[in-house]
Amino acid sequence: MPYDYRPFEYTAPAGLTAPEPRHKVVIVGAGPIGVAMALELANHGIPSVVLDDNNVVSVGSRAICWSKRSLEILDRLGVGDKSVEKGVTWKVGRTFHRDTEVFNFDLLPEAGHKMPAFVNLQQYYVEEYLVEAALANEMIDLRFKNKVVTVHQDADEARVDIETPDGIYSLTCDYLIACDGARSPVRHMMGLDFDGELFEERFLIADIEMTADTPSERWFWFEPTFHPGQSALLHKQPDNIYRIDLQLGWDTDPEEEKQPEKVIPRIEKVVGHSDFRLDWVSVYTFQCRRLKNFVHDRVLFVGDSAHVVSPFGARGGNGGLQDVDNLGWKLAAVLEGRADRDLLATYDTERTYGSDENIMNSTRSTRFMTPADGAERLFRDQVLALASKAPFARSWVNSGRLSVPCVYPANGPDAPSLPKGTRPGAVAADAPLDNGWLLGALGGKVTVLALGCDAPQVDGAEVLSVPLTDTIRARYLGEASQAVYLIRPDQVVAARWLSPDADAISREIETMWKGK
Amino acid sequence: MMALIDTPNLADHDAFYEELLAAHKGLTEAESHALNAQLVLILANHIGDRKVLTEALALAKR
Repeated sequence: MPYDYRPFEYTAPAGLTAPEPRHKVVIVGAGPIGVAMALELANHGIPSVVLDDNNVVSVGSRAICWSKRSLEILDRLGVGDKSVEKGVTWKVGRTFHRDTEVFNFDLLPEAGHKMPAFVNLQQYYVEEYLVEAALANEMIDLRFKNKVVTVHQDADEARVDIETPDGIYSLTCDYLIACDGARSPVRHMMGLDFDGELFEERFLIADIEMTADTPSERWFWFEPTFHPGQSALLHKQPDNIYRIDLQLGWDTDPEEEKQPEKVIPRIEKVVGHSDFRLDWVSVYTFQCRRLKNFVHDRVLFVGDSAHVVSPFGARGGNGGLQDVDNLGWKLAAVLEGRADRDLLATYDTERTYGSDENIMNSTRSTRFMTPADGAERLFRDQVLALASKAPFARSWVNSGRLSVPCVYPANGPDAPSLPKGTRPGAVAADAPLDNGWLLGALGGKVTVLALGCDAPQVDGAEVLSVPLTDTIRARYLGEASQAVYLIRPDQVVAARWLSPDADAISREIETMWKGK
Repeated sequence: MMALIDTPNLADHDAFYEELLAAHKGLTEAESHALNAQLVLILANHIGDRKVLTEALALAKR
């Protein structure tokens, strides 16, 4: 059954009749990133107004592949369980060259994490859950059919003019967050542009509904006989919806390729029959580009408005949620006067770093999937040829390296004998506790995690002591008998020691708020 | 110090050279390119040292 796009209610905003008091935060865009941003800020006690020019969730499934870290973030926003329950959990990927399987991978989610490695779930469901949570949150003022038409800022505030069905009004705010997508009107209004690489390649992306007995796996073909010389992807979503991506080549007409009479025969060749319903079709151009800076004084860019990647590594929506994770606590601290604006500069440095890692991985995958004539194609084809006869080459086959959070460059104290996976800069690893999960217990506060010892009392952090299970030992202690971790509100490890004194911890907490 | 060995290191290199040419004998130009590409990939994996490979690329490009 097609998804039921129910319009959200528009009400005439107060600002149409009298000027509204200055808001702390105005968010442009009620997509998954904008609404997640509002919920994250609300978790940190900051109210916001969210403006969207539309009044329905995303049409078409768009982002479908949500990574473990995204699910952990969504969980903190109250929609993680729902997303996993509705989503298709998958872990096996198969790669074919022509019509032969060259290799398969099993993401083999390690035991002892609340969230699976990946779930597939249509973007409209994630948006629906987030909007539901936001509508129920009194700190969030969601305004549909509110289209931002101009953006101004000075040293003290940002101002937007907004078009509604009832006329134009203005809002002022301490910070404006642009979560308005890859074609970001805010970015255009500010005259900013992306730097980076545009690939001369187009893909057809289609969602179809069909009843099939296909396993929950990701299937990727290089040069299949049903689509000669190009690449293809098939991926299962809930409600019997399947995602199909087909490489088209650069010399195709995107408008023509979107027509059902062109799309349906192509899909018939992929699935081998015509017993399906076309749900959504789009044609996209591969690009891996970003803004030079994500922080422009009082205007902050988050998600696709700041960076775009080609889609095969699931780094668009997932990258955006990591931006949200990184920005929320910092902006809250600046607005509450706990930190000065230098802390926001670390949103820029950390997330441009994360974005560059995503762009690097996506660029490599794109190059492998759509090699230029000459040496690029020669090596690509020979990797595929080798993959069927030598195990090493299978790992060189690149149909998308799936999203894992980057490890931020960190200067915090480290005890290198502790496990590498939880070093400073990395997201703290989840682990089961008696009555829940470690990441749930950490929540979104500054935490001193004491393992196998008593933590010194310090101001400005909650102390969490957990029993030393095998999983906790493996992820946090290794051979050590005790350790203390300082964990940021976004659950990134800031510092760790074998046995610190209170001063050392206090110093690091201060450094963290200063954004050093 | 270079990690790459650029002084004689292979016993009986004349025989290897002959074997290399023999592997290409009778191949079209495209087939030869394919064979060379596979060889590069196989040897790179065998060497398994990124520094050596980077220096080898630099030497070949010089």
